Order: sequence, then C-alpha cells, then structure tokens
Amino acid sequence: MSWLSKVRNSLSSLNKRDTPDNLWIKCPSCGEMLFTQEFEANLSVCPRCEHHGRITAKTRFEQILDAGFTVLPTPEVEENPLNFRDTKKYSDRLKAARAANPYPDALTNASGTIEGYKAVLGVQDFKFMGGSMGMAVGEAFVAGVEKAIAQKCAYIICTAAGGARMQEGILSLMQMPKTTVATRRLAAAGLPYIVILTDPTTGGVTASYAMLGDVQIAEPGALIGFAGQRVIQDTIREKLPDGFQRAEYLHDHGMVDMVVHRKNLKGTLAQLLGYLERKEAQ
Amino acid sequence: MKSYLDFEKPIAELDTRVAELRATQDGSSDIDIEAEIAKLAAKSEAMLSSTYGKLTPWQKTQVARHPLRPHFVDYVEMAFTDFVPLGGDRLYGEDCAILGGFARLNGQRVMLIGHEKGHDTASRVKHNFGMAKPEGYRKAIRLMEMASKFGLPVVTLVDTAGAFPGIEAEERGQAEAIARSTEACLALGVPMVAAIVGEGGSGGAVAIAAANKVLMLEHSVYSVISPEGASSILWRTPEKAADAATAMKVTAQDLLELEVIDGIVEEPLGGAHRDPAQTAKALAAAIEKELAKLSKLDAEALVRQREERFLAIGSL
Ligand SMILES: [Zn+2]
Repeated sequence: MSWLSKVRNSLSSLNKRDTPDNLWIKCPSCGEMLFTQEFEANLSVCPRCEHHGRITAKTRFEQILDAGFTVLPTPEVEENPLNFRDTKKYSDRLKAARAANPYPDALTNASGTIEGYKAVLGVQDFKFMGGSMGMAVGEAFVAGVEKAIAQKCAYIICTAAGGARMQEGILSLMQMPKTTVATRRLAAAGLPYIVILTDPTTGGVTASYAMLGDVQIAEPGALIGFAGQRVIQDTIREKLPDGFQRAEYLHDHGMVDMVVHRKNLKGTLAQLLGYLERKEAQ
Repeated sequence: MKSYLDFEKPIAELDTRVAELRATQDGSSDIDIEAEIAKLAAKSEAMLSSTYGKLTPWQKTQVARHPLRPHFVDYVEMAFTDFVPLGGDRLYGEDCAILGGFARLNGQRVMLIGHEKGHDTASRVKHNFGMAKPEGYRKAIRLMEMASKFGLPVVTLVDTAGAFPGIEAEERGQAEAIARSTEACLALGVPMVAAIVGEGGSGGAVAIAAANKVLMLEHSVYSVISPEGASSILWRTPEKAADAATAMKVTAQDLLELEVIDGIVEEPLGGAHRDPAQTAKALAAAIEKELAKLSKLDAEALVRQREERFLAIGSL
C-alpha cells in the first residue's frame, strides 16, 4: 500500500487516531496535507479551503449538544425483510456496517440541550451504508420526533444519505411518507423542526423529511439534490453548471434559508430556538 | 398494430400464422383452413394464459412499460365521465407529465390526478414521458387541497418511471415538491385512493400515492429504483436488471404480501393492453369499492387511518 493510499484510507477512519497512518489526512477538496488532530480540532473543516469533512454521528452530537446529552436507543426493526442479496447478502453488509460503526444503523438520536435550549438531535451517518434510509432510519426518525413531542422541544436532523436503502426495496420507499407523518405530528404539536443538510443528501431522503423543515440550514459545499448527477447527465447530455446541487446553489435558488459554517452551527441553532421555542415551554 | 414483447415470441408466431391463413382464405371459406385457424388460435390463447400466469418480475416490468398499455388519458375516457382538466401550479407552469381535474366515477364526483406518459413521439415529448417536474407535483398539491376544500375524494393513477432528473427540475426544487406533495396526500381530509396502473417509479410515484388505500393493476410494478438502476448500482453492471427486479420484490403480488398495497386489480388475459376497456372497467369498480368503504370515515379518521397505514410499515 502506498503512503498516499494509506493516508486516503485514514480518511475513512478519522476516529481511530492511535496508528501512525492516521496522523495526517489529505483534504479531499484542496489536497492540502493536514495534521489529523488539528483538522479535528477545527471541527473537521479544512483550514485552508474551508471544506467541511464528513463527520460521525458521535462527533456531531459533541459539536452541537451541550455536555451531558443522552444518546437514545435505536429502535429495532425487522432485519433484511426481503432476504435481499446482490453480490453480497444484505445481512452481511449490515453486519459489516455494524462492526465498523458505534451505532446499529444510519440514524441515531440524542436528547439534550443547545446552549440551554432543549432539543432532540438526529444525525445520519454517511459511514453507515451511505446513510441510506431503510426501515431502521425511518423508525428512528419517528422515534426521535416522538421523543421531541413528549419533551415539548424541537427536533433537529442532520441529514446525510445517498438515498433510500435499495436492499429493502419498496419498504425503504415507504419511509418517505412514514417520516412525513412524523414531521406533520411535530408541526401539529407546534414544535420546531430544523433541518441541517450535510454532505451528501440526495434521493428519497431529500425528497421527504430533508426538505420539510421550518428552517432549512445547509453546510457549506454540501451536495444536496434529488437526482444523482450522473443520472442527470445521462438524461440531458449537457454539462452541469458550476456548483450545481451544492449548498450555495440551493441557497441561490431559494431552497434553503441559510448556509452556515460548522463553527457557527451551534450558535445559529440556539438563536433559532430562541425564536421558535413555544412561550409556555420557557 | 399489435406489439409483442420478447418473451411473447412464440405467441406472436402463432398469431402471425393465424393472420396468414386468414389472408389466404380471401373471402372464401375453406373448412380445413377454418379448423386450422381455430386450432392455432386456441393454442395461442392457451400459451398466453400460461405465459401470463407465471410472468417473472422482470417480464412484468416490461408489461407495465408496454407501449400500448392504457394510460391516464385512456382511463379518463373509459373509467370516468365528464372530465374537466385543470391546469397549472400557479407558480411556474403547466406540466403535462401529471394531469388532473374533476371527473365522475360512476356518477360520483372525484378529483382525478395521474401521470401521463404519452402514446406516440409527439405526445411523449409533450408529457415528458410521464416524468414530472416540480410544477407537476405542485399542481397535484393544488388540486388535492382544492379537493379537500370541496369534499371531493381524490383518485390518483400512478404511472411513471420516476420524477424528471434534470437541471431545471433540481433548480426549482424537485425534492421539495415531492416532499410537499407526499405531505399534501397525508393531510387530506377526504378519502384518497391511489392505483398503480403501470410503473410506480420511486419518489416520483409515492408523491401522489400516500393514500388511504393503494391498489395495483395485476401486472404493474412499484419500486424504490428501476431494476436497471439497482443493477448498475448494486451489481455494478447493467446486465442484472432481471435479478434486481426479483430481489427488490416489485410486483403487485409481492407488495400485497408485504402489506404495502391493499388490493390487486385483475387484468384481462395477456395484460391490460390486450383489452383496455375491460381493464378500465375493473379498475373503476375496484376504486369505487374502496371509496365506498372510506366514505364512512370522517376527516379526522381518514387522516389517522392514512398515518397509521404508513407508520406501520417497518414497525415491529
Ligand atoms: Zn482543503
């Protein structure tokens, strides 16, 4: 293995800092070699080009929630309901993903406070099968919203997904209306729903709960869209415009309220919750 | 002009032979030839029956996409009366990939909405092959909200390969439009019945199919991604579409078993395209039956039934 590919590999395991392989990482955007510890201290944002690196659910909780938050249990669902296999069994893919990740599926909730404001925060982890939405993600989303309703607080979701989990077929597609039932119930309870679109958010996730926030925030440079770029290119056979489907492009087209640098995310959320929180809950 | 699918070749050969024999008769009637024609026709029908009795998921996908399969405009003619088309999303434009308007189903007033793929080159271009842009979904939202306001049940006919993947669709918020359309279905205070009549392709389909009751025509398909798409992503080759169709469980029969749909509408022997009028009649009867059952529920109960229906999918 070349030195460079070792460095590349370390990109996918930023949480393991104890081997010399992981001392340095290369910014996937500008190519700068960065000292891992420094990169992480900078919230996994490249100090040279401001590229926002993908981070794990655990790191995201720590960055946004005040100390002392509680990670909520991931609801159980039927596993591999279609008994699906492509080149590998889906159950084996799940096993591998679980071995490599701290939480049992791609969406995990935590309950806590943000500068004192109560909130339930859901985070999709792209490292877990591309963050893809299957029954476990749908069920976790619903559980997170229910927890927020029970606690009379906001539900905040950091989205990251290549789309629906194809290995669950139609059952993954059905998570689109299912999660929308939850956002409607949150709205009916008069509670805020804030979406933070992170890199990448595409497909059925974008076309359901990721676009239904009272306030829509995107992280700089995040890829956000419905259709994949290759599919679009194959369909229209034209060059895609610069910055197409990036956070700033969505902001220009009126699809998100704001693009917020990771260092300002927590403060922005607290500011928003100050406006959105119900009077009687204060 | 008949159009045969690849797996129908033996049937096509028999039918061609029958046509040739008919031509040789040329007005006169030869008893031997008559008998031969009857024999071949019976054989063709038996073969059609056995072929369609055991279609694979991939074959069903082809039947669902058959160029002569009846579409929205055919059902408007054959399953409904007094259609009043309503156009536009009041925001950007008129998207003919999704049509809608007032219609009567056996006299009962409904709001009818559905994808239209088009039947020939010109109409396919006009309807963008049934692949809607944000304005199509926003028109659907407008019509659903009007239906709710005036107490008209909503009937949707789903037939799309998927929402349009293009620059302008993304620019105008394809994802948001689909999400809001799904939300609009769930909010309806009137009964809603969706029928997958051809292809139920992913988010572009579910956006107008989050209904109280979901029906499928016998040989229609409904899936999270096309078998071709799943093949190229999961198997990394375009060659495995048939395997992908089987693995993803895309057929009406699979989906009924998974409790994702509520009923199957039987198609005439050899598929809907062999007898569109009969298909329309069966479809109308099935939708009417579901609407009659739902008419007993008030607005609140309708919303709750719809919510419980989707919350149950994936819950242990
Ligand atoms: Zn950089």
